[in-house]
Amino acid sequence: MIVLKRLALWFGLPAILIAVWWAFTAQGVNFFVPKPDKLANTFVTVWFSEKFFTDVMPSMGRLLISLAVSLVLGVALGIAIGLSRTLRWLLEPLLEFIRAVPSTILIPVLLLLIGINDAMKITVIVLGCLWPILLNTIEGVRSLDEVLKNTALVYRLRGFDRIRYLVLPGASPLIMAGIRHSLAVGLILLVVSEMFASTDGIGYSIINFQNRIAIPEMWSGIFLLGIIGVLLSVVFQAIQKRVLGWYYGLKEASNDG
Amino acid sequence: MTASKSDIRLSVQQVRKVYGAGSRNEVEAVRSLTFDLHAGEFACLVGPSGSGKTTLLKCIAGLLDPTSGEVVLDGRRVSGPAEGMAVVFQEYSRSLFPWLSVEDNVELPLKTSGVPKAERKARVKDALDAVTLSHAAKSYPWQLSGGMQQRVAIARAVASNPSVLLMDEPFAAVDAQTRGELEDLVREVWKRLDMTILFVTHDIDESVYLAERVLVLSSSPTIVQADIHIDLPDVRSQADTRSLHRFGELRHQVYEEVQFAKTNPGGERMSVRDGLPS
Amino acid sequence: METQTPILSSVAVSTLPTRGHTARRAAQWTAAGPYVLGVAGILAALIAWELFSAFGPVSQHHLPPPSVVIPTFLNNFTFTQFWLTVGQTMWAWFLGLTLATFGGLAVGLLIGSSSLLRTGTHTTVEFLRPIPAVGLIPLAALLFGPRIGAELLIVVYGCFWIVMIQAMYGITDIDKVADDTVRTLRMTWLQRVRHLVLPTLLPYLMTGIRLAATVALILAISSELIVGTPGIGRAVAQAQLNDNPAAMIALILTSGLLGILVNLIFRFIERKVLFWHSSVRSEVAA
Repeated sequence: MIVLKRLALWFGLPAILIAVWWAFTAQGVNFFVPKPDKLANTFVTVWFSEKFFTDVMPSMGRLLISLAVSLVLGVALGIAIGLSRTLRWLLEPLLEFIRAVPSTILIPVLLLLIGINDAMKITVIVLGCLWPILLNTIEGVRSLDEVLKNTALVYRLRGFDRIRYLVLPGASPLIMAGIRHSLAVGLILLVVSEMFASTDGIGYSIINFQNRIAIPEMWSGIFLLGIIGVLLSVVFQAIQKRVLGWYYGLKEASNDG
Repeated sequence: MTASKSDIRLSVQQVRKVYGAGSRNEVEAVRSLTFDLHAGEFACLVGPSGSGKTTLLKCIAGLLDPTSGEVVLDGRRVSGPAEGMAVVFQEYSRSLFPWLSVEDNVELPLKTSGVPKAERKARVKDALDAVTLSHAAKSYPWQLSGGMQQRVAIARAVASNPSVLLMDEPFAAVDAQTRGELEDLVREVWKRLDMTILFVTHDIDESVYLAERVLVLSSSPTIVQADIHIDLPDVRSQADTRSLHRFGELRHQVYEEVQFAKTNPGGERMSVRDGLPS
Repeated sequence: METQTPILSSVAVSTLPTRGHTARRAAQWTAAGPYVLGVAGILAALIAWELFSAFGPVSQHHLPPPSVVIPTFLNNFTFTQFWLTVGQTMWAWFLGLTLATFGGLAVGLLIGSSSLLRTGTHTTVEFLRPIPAVGLIPLAALLFGPRIGAELLIVVYGCFWIVMIQAMYGITDIDKVADDTVRTLRMTWLQRVRHLVLPTLLPYLMTGIRLAATVALILAISSELIVGTPGIGRAVAQAQLNDNPAAMIALILTSGLLGILVNLIFRFIERKVLFWHSSVRSEVAA
């Protein structure tokens, strides 16, 4: 009974929505909205074809490389800036300004400077994804517990050891929060950079379908983005659960007592 | 306890600490502190709250630079956290790395100071045995009770074989029952491993029960106001020792000193002990 | 702390008699340092840019130096057309953010106040929310063409979820406390809203709106860039077509300034509205 009820709660609303959508498009009059079965068919024929290798894979590759670069840069810079007051003072206003620039507006300039290639897209995405990770790392490093810092000093954790055993794990809850933010920003920038200037990729495909007024295909692209978004967040949550297992345990323990 | 110059482990010489020196809100926390700690000694520092106990401990641990004077550990002047010094902090839940298991917490200082793996494992095992926590080696600190967490911190300090173990009010935040158990545990570890311990507390009973020697600090700016030898039997137990007549006398003596300290900052009258029973 | 000690102690040891003087200097540095170094950092970046433009691997035409860009940037302020463009972007931003805030708040409160609705909508929300709003750009372009409607569709879709989720968290947070507190105090409905609902909800809501405000600006400019709705984004795309990099970079500087302005405004509002709340001082993600 409980299982049934849960299933109904999980899939009830999507089922109702799809049914309404079906009823609404049954007459086949709406130009902008395809029927659900037509869309499902289109989705399979469009994306489970060579397009998967020529467009989906390149997009995912750009996104993952950019995220990796942002992570390394953001954490490394964040630790350096978080640990040094002088660096913080020196860079804070500059970073504050660069961060405030809505990163998609950089695409035309980077296009001129770098050209239409993967390096341009990766630069754009990194310029957007870097900030949440960087700022959260700085904050994470600065909010390290005073007693824990003293403990590390007393046991002479220095240099790399100090970063590996104290700073990185201590800042990791905030770093992970930054990464989650970066995922959403990264997907936006990936799509825009591919829409604005590209010869392949999901964003390029969607805008291409629009230009050809291929409505169901265009919708299937939007759905693909949704699926990628869900997948990214599932994978991220699995990783986060592993990396921050101690943190959730600690929080639960301090809530109990 | 016969003390010669050669077995001095820790020497605190005229340590003075002034916060915000030269500025308008200059505060002299510690005026002038001098004492020696010999090998194998168990000494307690007691003083009224605000008597600069923590400041002094941080100076000894190398976490703060004294404004003048010096701290010497094993013949070497302390500047920054020194090898051969281990510290147990009051805030046990904040001094253990929550992302490491109990055994990893104990092992970490050994690992980063380059102790070979086999020896490391053996020392971690011994240390956890000494605090009777072997069964919890794989747990995380936050899965343990407060008393157990503090035992992990003690195990970590002990595992690094320190010349001097500093303890900063380590049991102030645990309940009375656990506190008694931890006191006995510390005495046992001290005897078993032949350690030198400097134990800071504001609890007079605790200082008398634990130590061989109690140093009473004046209120801030701090000096050593009294240095009392505790001549209680070597084997102590919560029930018996605390009901000894001598325990009561010593307790009274330390109490009087602390009461006096509350109203008398350091340096105003140096020969305090003249008028007190001894 | 960690950088302060070496400065203090190294100087203090070498010039013992004037220790008071040194401490005063250190205190003055603590007060003035952020400004001095902050300005130095910006100047250094400008000089690096100038040098890179002159001697770097890219042509000076494609990356004009600040000595060219900054006059262009300042000169813009004298043109009505420039202010009109900025106004168009900010109007779309404001309208989109307002619609998303009211929509997100209403739906978030509705869903958040019933655990049945929360569970029932979970799968749907979790699928729709991650669709990047920019994915809707082609749809918006088809539906509206290069008009503000297209921009609004994208901005509202992107910001709606952010506000909704925060409103939902906020109202859920109340429920736990409410049962215990309100019953013992016998509050009226209005008192409940004033003393319990608003104080709990507001911090969440303000966080949501602040996050949404930044995202709204990005989305507004993206849609201008690609769909060609009027505003700064389109002006940049046009400058690119006209092969005028100096104008492009000047507009980018403008967009950065707008971004900072948006941040400042929301920090100010938050500080005024939530002065009593600890989140104003430190932000930690949930």
